[in-house]
Amino acid sequence: MPKDGHIGPATKRREDLRFLTGKGRYTDDINIRGQAYAQFLRSNVAHGRIRGVDTAAAESMPGVIRIFTGKDFEGIGGLPCGWQVTDKHGQPMLEPGHPVLAQGKVRHVGDPIAVVVAETESQARDAVEAIEVDIEELSAVVDMKAAVKEGAPLVHDDIGSNLCYDWGFVEENKAAVDEAFAKADHVTTLELVNQRLTANPMEPRVAVGDYDNTTDQHTLYTTSQNPHVIRLLMGAFVLGIPEHKLRVVAPDVGGGFGSKIFHYAEEAFVTFAAKAINRPVKWTSSRSEAFLSDAQGRDHVTKIQLALDKQGHFQALRTETYANMGAYLSTFAPSVPTWLHGTLMAGNYKTPLIYVNVKAVFTNTVPVDAYRGAGRPEATYQLERVIDKAAREMGIDPIELRRKNFVTEFPYATPVAVEYDTGDYEATMAKLEEIADLKGFEARAAESKKNGKLRGLGVNCYIEACGIAPSHLVGQLGARAGLYESATVRVNATGSLTVMTGSHSHGQGHETAFPQVVADMIGIDPSMIEIVHGDTANTPMGMGTYGSRSLAVGGSAIVRATNKIIDKAKKIAAHLLEASEADIELKDGKFSVSGTDKSVDWAGVTLAAYVPHNYPLESLEPGLEETAFYDPSNFTYPSGAYACEVEVDPDTGKVTICSFAAADDFGNIVNPMIVDGQVHGGIGQGIGQALLENTVYDENGQLLSASYMDYAMPRASDVPFYTVDHSCQTPCTHNPLGVKGCGEAGAIGSPPAVVNAVVDALRRGGHDVTHIDMPLSPARVWEAMQK
Amino acid sequence: MPKVSMTVNGKPVSGEVEGRTLLVQFLRETLGLTGTHVGCDTSQCGACTVHVGGKSVKSCTTFALDCDGAEVATIEGMANADGSLGTIQQAFQDHHGLQCGFCTPGMVMSAAALLKENPKPTEAEVRHYLEGNICRCTGYHNIVKAILAASGQDISAIAAE
Repeated sequence: MPKDGHIGPATKRREDLRFLTGKGRYTDDINIRGQAYAQFLRSNVAHGRIRGVDTAAAESMPGVIRIFTGKDFEGIGGLPCGWQVTDKHGQPMLEPGHPVLAQGKVRHVGDPIAVVVAETESQARDAVEAIEVDIEELSAVVDMKAAVKEGAPLVHDDIGSNLCYDWGFVEENKAAVDEAFAKADHVTTLELVNQRLTANPMEPRVAVGDYDNTTDQHTLYTTSQNPHVIRLLMGAFVLGIPEHKLRVVAPDVGGGFGSKIFHYAEEAFVTFAAKAINRPVKWTSSRSEAFLSDAQGRDHVTKIQLALDKQGHFQALRTETYANMGAYLSTFAPSVPTWLHGTLMAGNYKTPLIYVNVKAVFTNTVPVDAYRGAGRPEATYQLERVIDKAAREMGIDPIELRRKNFVTEFPYATPVAVEYDTGDYEATMAKLEEIADLKGFEARAAESKKNGKLRGLGVNCYIEACGIAPSHLVGQLGARAGLYESATVRVNATGSLTVMTGSHSHGQGHETAFPQVVADMIGIDPSMIEIVHGDTANTPMGMGTYGSRSLAVGGSAIVRATNKIIDKAKKIAAHLLEASEADIELKDGKFSVSGTDKSVDWAGVTLAAYVPHNYPLESLEPGLEETAFYDPSNFTYPSGAYACEVEVDPDTGKVTICSFAAADDFGNIVNPMIVDGQVHGGIGQGIGQALLENTVYDENGQLLSASYMDYAMPRASDVPFYTVDHSCQTPCTHNPLGVKGCGEAGAIGSPPAVVNAVVDALRRGGHDVTHIDMPLSPARVWEAMQK
Repeated sequence: MPKVSMTVNGKPVSGEVEGRTLLVQFLRETLGLTGTHVGCDTSQCGACTVHVGGKSVKSCTTFALDCDGAEVATIEGMANADGSLGTIQQAFQDHHGLQCGFCTPGMVMSAAALLKENPKPTEAEVRHYLEGNICRCTGYHNIVKAILAASGQDISAIAAE
């Protein structure tokens, strides 16, 4: 990449100006004249049969316009699942229905039963309290292993089991894996829980439905990471509205982290209700409601085993995981513990034989789906924890054991179906040793000891598959969607550009980074380029933003469309300069004939495209606008090495993060400031998982952690300044920018570093501790020290 | 309905409110000042932070009627008179102290209150002061850095951009 171009500098974000002055336009800031307000009545029991819903009293309350119940949605499609997993016997997963409003049964606390639409939000809320629901409470099932036992209460009676699927990967390898274990010199076993988390973007979900009965046009404003996906799912599968009659707008969105990928009942409801009452209908989630209705993340219970030879070479790996689906299949839920998890179990290591078993289970809890990293944090955590445990058991330095097993030659085909194109795991480890000053650790540990604290060091590696995803591959794996991205580049007459992308920014800085790419290609100033996103009415069909895909996939579509623009512009320039197209060069926004001083600038060509007086009209259409779709040929494989140092207070068990260092390989970098910020945020969430966060249900399925008083979000004082580096760069070989994606790395790589560090600290303090389940609260750490 | 009058960002305003109307509702819905956000319902997240009488308060747990006659400042009033970003806002942009922008108004208002009380805070003091402001995007690194920079202190020793 050119050092003096627009790719590479830490350009300040243009979107910040509106966010910093209160001029952001989030969905809740949108109010449509005449709008009514929706409030949901949600189940307060985890499992029950609805005997009756009496709305009579509520209907006579002030301001009530109409009350909707499950009856209004009889015969209307349910929320679809976008991924069908096939089990180890070749059978499709069990796929229960997911109604917009409960039909006959409620299956988790928060399951919507009825909705009041009223003149004001307060009136709607008041009326919700006046609805009388008669529910026969049934025994709830919360624990996954209990849920799959004979005689357990069924979350969905019609499918006859709580086992969604029993997946084996790669099933054909199982016998060879078992044989390798039988022959191995050493086997390390670890059982662990990757606890359930709540994504908690700071902006709660909001949906506003609008309907124009003169044109039969529906508009949905929603807090989504992928408005086209919502239009397709809701239009085609739930409400039967064709795309040309349905516009979905996701304006400024206040964070997503996966939880705003999915199609939710409230979106379908406001769209439906706006037509039913012929008025705009708005719903704004409270935070309490968000805890009860946003899809949650993680929630795996895993047994992992690693087989090694005497020297510490990995021989085989096998895992058995229970993955919680919650009460319904959220949009992409089945893919998370399978194709986004099993395929990553090789990590950075050349383990020849791997077998992954995942049992996905229905329980009476909020649905679980992708949360930052989605399957890859679960894979990384168990793998990097078991390696650390094996190192201790065998008396090998944990970093040395990792190095001994690194994949060193690329491309590398793993035994779990993916091919890493590039990487240099030794380089990121060496960089980590430098930036984390690992040589100085023992001195720092001695200093901590003097202060009465136990210091520990945790190191781990990670790899992720992102830039999601090759459509032909995911189609074979059960995806019911293509995962390309789109871009339209519209060059205006005077030379400015409007770039319409199917990617969606909800904090990632696309409005700044994407113009850097286009400006670099043409050689003009980025301020001449405007990004349009988030509105199905004026962007090409795109799949949105998740899986660290915006630059790798969406950026590649922009590159492809811009190349089409440049090709056509060169033809125009050749005509204007009376030269052969092959002799035209574009540099610094100027077209010139090579070897001559003849040239025409960018705006001269763009003007000619729209004022085609001197123009080859017989062979070239006027105008300068191109659309491209880019479907990646492979995933991208960012990787890195992370180190965490902690101090544990031996009297209280409180863990303090002293330092956190991340050495990442993201391939080429467009804007290093934005990349740093993505890594910081991921590490913050990873530390949150490791030390603080936990979504807790009691045995009756009541959610005990349904507010910020109960769910411990990381705060500024819980984290240190981070040291991050992405100077190790092995560019991706199969996308035009050579980029890999950086959005999830921090959240994937950091939890094992923290837990490895705490275990190390306790062992240095003389405690025979091999594992503590996250979150490593003072109580859990203290308890571990008492054994 | 009772009438409430106050000064918001230097301008006198008034409107009819219910007894239960919160200051944030009055700002967002009556006055259309949608820069102040609601991120939770338990006074924990701080996205709704504004200044009342020069002190930072959470407008999601303040009744509008309790602010009758008060001087209120919101994010919309933090820019310089010529419309350019104020010192704290500029530091947030310079140091990438925001991503999705949703918590940002509250962060800026809290930072302004902090620097008024304590013009040269230490890193630990900044982190402690932000206890009531949650950000899910930044891991706080660049927020803390931006506030230290806005205080005029040398931040060159802080690792990474």
